[in-house]
Amino acid sequence: MKFAVVIFPGTSGEGDVYHVLKNVLGKSVDYVWHAETDLNGYDVIILPAGTSYGDYIRAGAIARFSPIMEAVVAFAESGGLVLGIGNGFQILLEANLLPGALLKNKSLKFICKDSNLRVENINTFFTNHFEADEILSMPIAHNFGSYFCDEKTLEELTINQQIVFSYSSLDGKVPQVANYNVRLANIAGIINKEGNILGMMPHPERSSEEILGGTDGLRLFTSIINKLEGVGA
Amino acid sequence: MFKGHVYITLKEGVLDPQGKAAENSLDTLGFSQINQVKFGKFIEVELEAENKEEAVKQLKAISEKLLANLVIENYRVEVVEVDK
Repeated sequence: MKFAVVIFPGTSGEGDVYHVLKNVLGKSVDYVWHAETDLNGYDVIILPAGTSYGDYIRAGAIARFSPIMEAVVAFAESGGLVLGIGNGFQILLEANLLPGALLKNKSLKFICKDSNLRVENINTFFTNHFEADEILSMPIAHNFGSYFCDEKTLEELTINQQIVFSYSSLDGKVPQVANYNVRLANIAGIINKEGNILGMMPHPERSSEEILGGTDGLRLFTSIINKLEGVGA
Repeated sequence: MFKGHVYITLKEGVLDPQGKAAENSLDTLGFSQINQVKFGKFIEVELEAENKEEAVKQLKAISEKLLANLVIENYRVEVVEVDK
């Protein structure tokens, strides 16, 4: 199986995810420049983190019109696995491959820290190596990480179990309140209804080696490999 | 030639932390009669078009395609004719 890591002007997280796939997991992986138009031969497309086009207009707003995105949309619509991390998630939202939008952080500051995440759905291509309600640690590093969607979309995401990762306290508690804004604020990662497109703000590729403080993120990649190759990691 | 003005505002219900920060700051500065501040974007566009209606049409198209994200934002356009 083969991974593609797409690079847009301003992308900066491509090296991290490439390193994990190639050197930690020993998988075949290529960089694909955004001006390319062909994704034939790939099994998984990754839109990595960074600041494509300087976050001008809105994060991901310009990148989503890069030539490669037509191929990404076609790949996704045919059921191919697509993972967007950080800016990659923002691009997927701008491209309407996932519902909603990411707004500027409520603190108005760039947030860079480890976050605790609760796995809300383990029955996906991306999360089958996690345990139900497991608490993970992965770093976040973003300016525009505040997820937003309208109430109807939030209900749909909830009913269809499309909220895959929630921000959580260490004891696993995610505030279970009816308040719409609080519920939105807990969202760290969502998947499309069909289950082949995942977008997330936390960085699994930066928590895939012990030397970096933990390997919780590695299991997201081994989940994908497990599903596609049918072998445990 | 025409000059277009595109006003982009956050939809009702979308949090505007920048506006909140400005409100708090103005309160601290003693502007106690300010109730609410909301931030948006103002974009100036110069464009060629056959007539004003055509210019409005173009501005709406670029707003919906790129300048605004209709999930979170509303937009409004204005057009004025200007000499070359």
